Amino acid sequence: MASRAGSLTASDLVAASLHGRKRDIGGGIFQALLILALFVSLLVLLVLLYDVISGGISVFSERGADFLRGRLSIVTAATAGVGQGIFGTLLLTVIVVLVAFPLGIAAAIYLEEFAEDTRFNRFINVNIRNLAGVPSIVYGLLGLAIFVKLLAEFTGGRTALAGGLTLAVLVLPIVIITSAEALRAVPHSIREAGYGVGATRWEVIRSHVLPSAAPGILTGTVLSLSRAIGETAPLLLVGAVTGFLASGGASLYEQLYGGYTALPVVIFRWASLPSQDFRALTSAAIIVLLALTLTANALAIILRNRYERKW
Amino acid sequence: MKAMDAGTLTEPREGLHARPHIEVEVQQQSERQLPSRDVVFSIRDLSVYYGGFKAVRNVSLDIFQNQITALIGPSGCGKTTMIRCLNRMNDLIENARVDGEVLYHGVNLYDKRVDAVEVRRRIGMVFQRPNPFPKSIYDNITFGPKIAGFKGNMDELVEQSLQKAALWDEVKDRLKESAWSLSGGQQQRLCIARCVAVQPDVILMDEPCSALDPIATARVEDLMQDLKSEYSIVIVTHNMQQAARVSEMTAFFTAEVQEDQDRRTGVLVEYDKTEQIFTNPSDERTENYVTGRFG
Repeated sequence: MASRAGSLTASDLVAASLHGRKRDIGGGIFQALLILALFVSLLVLLVLLYDVISGGISVFSERGADFLRGRLSIVTAATAGVGQGIFGTLLLTVIVVLVAFPLGIAAAIYLEEFAEDTRFNRFINVNIRNLAGVPSIVYGLLGLAIFVKLLAEFTGGRTALAGGLTLAVLVLPIVIITSAEALRAVPHSIREAGYGVGATRWEVIRSHVLPSAAPGILTGTVLSLSRAIGETAPLLLVGAVTGFLASGGASLYEQLYGGYTALPVVIFRWASLPSQDFRALTSAAIIVLLALTLTANALAIILRNRYERKW
Repeated sequence: MKAMDAGTLTEPREGLHARPHIEVEVQQQSERQLPSRDVVFSIRDLSVYYGGFKAVRNVSLDIFQNQITALIGPSGCGKTTMIRCLNRMNDLIENARVDGEVLYHGVNLYDKRVDAVEVRRRIGMVFQRPNPFPKSIYDNITFGPKIAGFKGNMDELVEQSLQKAALWDEVKDRLKESAWSLSGGQQQRLCIARCVAVQPDVILMDEPCSALDPIATARVEDLMQDLKSEYSIVIVTHNMQQAARVSEMTAFFTAEVQEDQDRRTGVLVEYDKTEQIFTNPSDERTENYVTGRFG
């Protein structure tokens, strides 16, 4: 090649070296594998959705709102519904919001803004991360031991309150971690600006750090809520009702201190019944649960987009 | 050092310990009428450590009232560390420790009874990168006065502060818009206005123009000349021409390698009139730096 160079112009030579001859086979294979991985995950999701929707849609078309309002039953599929399940899930959600959010956000503010970087505080930080990875059934056992047994006088045993508190403890580490990350993402320059005009630590946090971190905190906490909505195992342990639930127009007190159920528990129970009718009901209940979770996630995305700041 | 006369000395000392905010304004006005060359800061044998690392060693210098004092030197020479000692901004850094004294009108800022928050109300700071709050232009100005308990006419104060920062004409019709919609240069002037709004005595500027283009830089420099009749200004700058253009006094710092560890500690090489530093420095290291032979 070099010997023929004499007859070629300079630009021919450059062209020859730039028009690479070697095909990037490895890269092509790699890219194909990546796309395949993506399709496998999407396919699983699609099959799941198809299976659930095709199984459950008949329930909605035949019974419509009646199913959404109906009472829990494991005997008569024709009248069974998820009304109490939806109500129970919403009740649990409210308890989680009221308990886990203030506690978790406060703990995060302490860890990020006040705690000094000592060995002990680092130890606490690591362990909160570990707590977030503990299987939920373990939280169920914890809830059973503490909220159902130890604090029985306060929670009344296997009640919605005990269930809500158990779920609150379950998502607490997640709330702390996501809130702490949102606080950490607030640029240091904003804090310095506050201190620079003579603000105290509390004034800087209240007026600048918290408002700046709020969108991130909100997103994280709402996402942790969708985890709480979907949990089943701990609720089974702390006594969510899976059979017949006889509460109708009860007062708030009775609802907090009475038997309760939740959507995932209803799904779990119905799925274990042999009857074909209940199979359809199970799918329908899953659709309702998915809709609730997706609503929570959508809410998180909307909040994030609305308040997101670019630093 | 020569202390200031007793009458002006006592009042700021009390002010730093308690939290009376607005009365200070009147008293500062009377201070400003004193003949120039009054000492604002008298730094005595100051060393700063970050953990075990000594960042600045044994600095002593006096900073004068209603003048612009420039701190120059190569990277890592401790200029920024120095200026952050003047309003106790280093307190925010964990492990930071200060030896020696920073006398502000005769009061040691590192005295146990001195409240760092009060110090920062009197000694404002403008940072390297414009850092307006993610709020409206108006709210950026009013935050400082509000927390200081300002009771006067807020609109007037906002206008005055923006006027002083030469920004009023550009933003007067959009005070409610986000401060982040402004250009970099405007943001930095907003930060100066925010600083001025607290009615400080001193303004510290840590490389205020390093993120700005030459035109915005020129505007900020003009502004500093306007402000120095009312405030004492200390500026850290990488830009020697800037120091030569704006300042009356210049302190040249350099980083010196320590023998026992592989870290560099900042030392003050020379402190004199700016003209002297740039035309006839007495130390060879200063001469090498200002003539561009190193750094």
